[in-house]
Amino acid sequence: MDVMPKWAEVILVPLISLILAAILSALVILAIGEDPVAAVNLMVTGALGSTYGWGYTLYYATNFMFTGLAVAVAFHAGLFNIGGEGQAMLGGLGVALICLFIPWPHWSIALIAAVMASAVFGAAWAALPAYLQAKRGSHIVITTIMFNFIAAAVLNYMLVNVLRPPRSMDPSTARFPEAVHLPSLHDMLTPLGISFSKSAPANISLVIAIVACVLVWLLIWRTPLGLEIRSFGKSGRAARYAGIGSVRITMIAMLISGALAGAMAINNVMGEAERLVLNAVEGAGFIGIAVALMGRSHPFGVFLAAILFGFLYQGGAELALWTDIPRELIVVIQALVILFTGALDNMVRMPLERLFLAARKTGA
Amino acid sequence: MDFLTFIQILDSTVRLATPLLLACLAGLFSERAGIFDIGLEGKMLAAAMFSAAAAAVSGNVWIGLAAGIGASLFLSAIHGLASITFRGNQLISGVAINFLAAGVTVLVAQDWFQQGGRTPQLQGAARFEGFDLPFAEALGSVPIFGPTYAELVSGHSILVYIALFAVPATWFVLYRTRFGLRLRAVGENPAAVDTAGVSVVGLRYAAVAICGVLCGIAGAYLATALQAGFVKDMTAGRGFIALAALIFAKWRPWTALWTCLLFGFLQAIALRYQNIELGPVTLPVQLMDALPYILVVIILAGVGGKAIPPRAGGEPYVKER
Repeated sequence: MDVMPKWAEVILVPLISLILAAILSALVILAIGEDPVAAVNLMVTGALGSTYGWGYTLYYATNFMFTGLAVAVAFHAGLFNIGGEGQAMLGGLGVALICLFIPWPHWSIALIAAVMASAVFGAAWAALPAYLQAKRGSHIVITTIMFNFIAAAVLNYMLVNVLRPPRSMDPSTARFPEAVHLPSLHDMLTPLGISFSKSAPANISLVIAIVACVLVWLLIWRTPLGLEIRSFGKSGRAARYAGIGSVRITMIAMLISGALAGAMAINNVMGEAERLVLNAVEGAGFIGIAVALMGRSHPFGVFLAAILFGFLYQGGAELALWTDIPRELIVVIQALVILFTGALDNMVRMPLERLFLAARKTGA
Repeated sequence: MDFLTFIQILDSTVRLATPLLLACLAGLFSERAGIFDIGLEGKMLAAAMFSAAAAAVSGNVWIGLAAGIGASLFLSAIHGLASITFRGNQLISGVAINFLAAGVTVLVAQDWFQQGGRTPQLQGAARFEGFDLPFAEALGSVPIFGPTYAELVSGHSILVYIALFAVPATWFVLYRTRFGLRLRAVGENPAAVDTAGVSVVGLRYAAVAICGVLCGIAGAYLATALQAGFVKDMTAGRGFIALAALIFAKWRPWTALWTCLLFGFLQAIALRYQNIELGPVTLPVQLMDALPYILVVIILAGVGGKAIPPRAGGEPYVKER
């Protein structure tokens, strides 16, 4: 029996956790001698006050949707994929290889190929940890952490020793050809008569990220496979009893998760940088953890949480630009969100449950 | 490679292995008691920053060490609260602690010192200096033994010797004391410990606190002995290498020592040589960087015996009602 009604579970608990994280963040801003109210104002105008700000907010949000969905799908199977960072790095490598070495006639065909390449590379990077978890029982958290570091080394090697153009000092690939340039929101909205900032990086990948949210929702809640994934995540033993193979579900869930994290590369590598650089992922793989926790692993929740974190990222950049507050403030906020919505979940939940129980007793 | 170069590489192996060893033993206490800790990195980072800051302000490195341990213990308390008292997910708590440390250290260092998120350079008594063992100078001229003793054994900071001493101490506590027996039991079968009338919560908090102290020393070593001050993200994945070493060592103290020395050796080689040429093949430096992680994956794949973690690891204990 559920102690709490569904609305409290879905809205109240995350909201209280979020408020706690916000209060502590405000205290941190106060402690370093800045004004929290002014900081929030600056963040709102910087991130949402112009189409330029929105362009950056949505660009970051696109990244976080992919990585958040990746963590969420794994969560549904009871697996904690910390490897989004490495999987997204490898996804970037896949995008760079097909953009650089195949002459594409049009960006649309290149985009389809890039989605597939990045997903395949990301999934491949998740495959070995998944296999070790399924067959040997090696903890997926440990192996995916290790694979993040190995991915960084692989990328470093590829960029420094293989893909770097001759005479370039920079550890990055050459610029992608003009033909694979993805339309930005400016290019897409101008024909509709909406003026949107030309210099903001948000691009057509946002649409693909939203489609991915819908597809994940369909997969998890509207297909037999989704049911199997969720039952396995709730209770591995019960699922096995019902004839659901643990090796199969672990592999499938992690491959989908890795593919989603890898697909982020169409946004940051193909859409924004248009070349592969060393630090392309910029921690988005880890933010996916916070996004999935806050979104309660539901695609719509992930969508909203990704936009919130997009706002925090763009707002944080504006803060660092105009005040003495370093960008790391966002890392602190991110940590507090993970702490309260993830690890200290019971701290919020237990008193609430008691409250609802008491209310029910007096009501009955 | 001549003899002196070899000794120098071994010398830097010891220096680089020290923080790994301290963090690895820290993780060993925590995980043997059934509390997974992927927040070693964050605790070291926080300790590095607060030890460097306190040492810079007070001019006394011991005050720095105390501040570092304090900062690390604070994060340990959060981890304990989340994973023991509120029975939350220990892995998620560890992730949160890593980010918390990564952000707070830069914010605080920037606020206090205005040097772009670093602390001032430490000098003199604000730093752990090398510590010469007796007769190091006198024996220096003896061939082979002299340079080995003077360069490799002598001349490290006191924290290096503390770290090496921590290995037999850990072994003794875990395998020869009542506390150690209970601590290992609580990581394997907490219900049995509870039935015997011993507090599971108390034991686990004690283990997490020991973990905090050791991570604190590790972080203070980084900022006040290995380097002279804190820079952003200075742990650079050492907490995760320590975690890798812990698994590689299969949660045993003496094996942890050898593993950390091996990983320290890999770091020392990577630091000294860009590429290693072995006849026709050239090993890129990136391979050396990734080797500890690759080795752990190989171990986890089951080559060389199975690495079995403590059985109750990662699971919050719920008392039977």
